[in-house]
Amino acid sequence: MAVTTTLSYSEAAVLAIQREMEADARVVVLGEDVGRGGIFGQYKGLQQAFGAERVIDTPISEAAIMGAGVGMALAGLRPVVEMRVVDFALCGMDELVNQAAKNRFMFGGQGRVPLVARMPGGIWDASAAQHSQSLEAWFAHLPGVVVVSPSTPQDNYGLLRAALACGDPVVYIEHKTLWGLRGEVDEDIAVPLGKARRMREGNALTLVSWSRQMQACAAACDALAAEGIAVDLIDLRTLWPWDRETVLASCARTGRLLVAHEAVQAAGFGAEIAASAAEATGCRVARLGAPRIPVGYAPVLEAQSRVGAEAIAAAARKLLG
Amino acid sequence: MDPSNSGTALYRAMVRIRAFENAAEAASQGGVSAYGQQAAGAAKVRGPLHLSTGQEAVPAGVCAHLRTSDYLTSTHRGHGHTLAKGADLARMMCELFGKATGFNGGKGGSMHIADFSVGMLGANGVVAAGLPIAVGAAHAQKLLGKNGDITVCFFGDGAINRGPFLEALNWARVYGLPVLFVCEDNRWSATTASGPMTAGEGASARAASMDIAATQVDGNDVFAVHETAARLVAEVRGGAGPRLLHALTYRVKGHVSVDLAAYRDPAELAAALETDPIARARGHLLDMGVAAATLDAIENAARDEVDTALAVADAAPWPEPGAAFTDVQTTGAGQWL
Repeated sequence: MAVTTTLSYSEAAVLAIQREMEADARVVVLGEDVGRGGIFGQYKGLQQAFGAERVIDTPISEAAIMGAGVGMALAGLRPVVEMRVVDFALCGMDELVNQAAKNRFMFGGQGRVPLVARMPGGIWDASAAQHSQSLEAWFAHLPGVVVVSPSTPQDNYGLLRAALACGDPVVYIEHKTLWGLRGEVDEDIAVPLGKARRMREGNALTLVSWSRQMQACAAACDALAAEGIAVDLIDLRTLWPWDRETVLASCARTGRLLVAHEAVQAAGFGAEIAASAAEATGCRVARLGAPRIPVGYAPVLEAQSRVGAEAIAAAARKLLG
Repeated sequence: MDPSNSGTALYRAMVRIRAFENAAEAASQGGVSAYGQQAAGAAKVRGPLHLSTGQEAVPAGVCAHLRTSDYLTSTHRGHGHTLAKGADLARMMCELFGKATGFNGGKGGSMHIADFSVGMLGANGVVAAGLPIAVGAAHAQKLLGKNGDITVCFFGDGAINRGPFLEALNWARVYGLPVLFVCEDNRWSATTASGPMTAGEGASARAASMDIAATQVDGNDVFAVHETAARLVAEVRGGAGPRLLHALTYRVKGHVSVDLAAYRDPAELAAALETDPIARARGHLLDMGVAAATLDAIENAARDEVDTALAVADAAPWPEPGAAFTDVQTTGAGQWL
C-alpha cells in the first residue's frame, strides 16, 4: 500500500537512506557531522537508529573520507560518502576521479566501487565563492561515474535509493537551498536513473534544466504561457546518463531547444545537450548559464551569477523570434 | 629462522621478483617510451615501468606473514608486492605486455598491476593514493566482522609528504583499524632525493606523533624484515590497532626503466649495491649451511619460470578493441553520448 507523506527535500533523503540501510546491512554512511544529522539534517536520526558503526562520524579529511569509501566499497560495503558541499569535495578529487571512477576499468573489472558521494551544490545565499559552486559538468565529463541532481523531495527520495542500488560510483548533487522544500513523497514510486521528467507540455520550444534551476524555469514558463507560448519543460534529473530520448524527441517536435542552468555557461553541461540536439535533430539551440565569474558575496554581486526567470523567458523569446 | 624452509622461501620470493623485473626491463627496451626516449625496435612492455630492484626484501619479508584473505594496497612500484602476495607470475607478465590474459585484461599494465583474487587491491599511479583506500578496506574488515584479517599498505618515502598519508594514519588510529602501514623508504622521490624534501625524521616520527607504534628496520635484510613484520602483523591481527613498519632500503634503478638516474652520485649507488638484499641473503643462508646448489636451483627455477612467462605473454592474444568499452560503468556505460 502506497505511503504518501509530505516531506522536505532533506527528510526525503533521510527516508531513502533509512530504507536502504534497513534492507541492506552493507550500507554505511561516513562523513563529517553525520552523527548529528548532517549540517542540513540530511542524516537526521540515522545514527540513533543504526549506530555509530554504520553512521560514522569522521575527521575533516575529505581525501580519506572519499578514499576510505573506495576501500570500503572494494571490500564489500556500500558507502554513502558525505562531502558537506561540492566545494569541499574538491579536497577528495584524486580519490573520486583517479580511484573511484577508474578502479573498475583499469583493474579489468576485478573490483567494483558502489559508493554514493553526496556533494551539495549551487548558490547558497551569501556564501560567496567557495560555498556556492555548480560543478556538475566536471563530473559528467568523467567516465566511470553517474551524476544525479534532483529537484524535488520525491525525486530526492527515489533517485537516492536508485543511486544506492546501482552499483556504480555516483556523484549525487543536492542543491544547498532546496533542503527545506516540501512536497509529497510516495515511497512506492521508483525513480530510475537516466530518465528525465516532463514538467510542462508545449510545442513552442523545449526547455531543459535540473536541480533548483527548475524553479526559475517554471516561473519563466508561467510568464511565457501568459503570452501564449507553451513550453515543453524537462527536468533532466540525471546528468549522466542523460535522457537523450526524451530530450531529443521533444526537440524534434518543437524545433527549438533552450538549456538553462545555474552553473557557469562556458563549457557547461548545457553545451553538451545543445550540441547533441543540434546534431541529432537540426533544431535551433541556445543555452543560458551564469557568467564565468566566481560567485560574489554582496547581494548585488551574487545576483550577477543568478540565472533568473526573466532571463530565461527573454532567451526563450529570442529563440522563437 | 629455519634455513632449509622459511629462509629459502624468502630467498625464492626475492629472486622471483628480481627475475621478473629484469625480464620486464629488458622487454621494455626499444620503441618510444612514455618519457620520450626513442630507440630501434618495438618494446613489448610499454609506458612507464617502475622497478623495485634492490627493494625485494620488504615485500618478501612482510608478505610471508599474510593470508589470501588479507588485503594489500600498493604503489606505482608494485610488481614485488603483487608477486609476494601470491599473484601468478605469468598472468602478471601478460598484463605488462598488455594482453587479454593479463590480470586486468590489458587495461592497466605495470602501473596498475593487481590480483584481487589474492587480496592485492592494486598498484596505483598516484603517490599516497593507496593509503586512504587501505584504511577503508580495513574499516570494512572491522565492520564486516572479519576478525583476524588485516590490510597491509605499502607506500614510499615520497608519500609521507602528501596529505592523504596524514589523513589515513589519523583515520586508522581514530578507529583502531587492523592496518599495517609499510613505508618502503628508498630515499628517492621520482628524481629528487627525499631527505631534503622531508622535514623532521620521516615516516616513523610522523606515525609516532599520531600514537601509532612505528618500528624501523634494515629493509635490505630480509630476515630482519621478516622477524619484525611477524611481530607487527601479529599485533595488528590481534586487534591492537594500526602499526607502521619503516623499512630503510634503496632504489637501485631510476624512477622509471628509461631513467638512468644520472642525477645521482655514483658513490651512493655503489655503496647501496654493497648491501644488495639478495646477495646478503645468499651469504647468510650459505653461512647457515644451506647448500649453494640449493640456492642456484632456486635462481634457475625463477629464470625458467620467467622465460616461460615471457613466451606465454608473447603468444597471448591482444584484447578485443571492444573491451575498451566494457567495465567502465553499468549505468550509462561505454558510449559516445
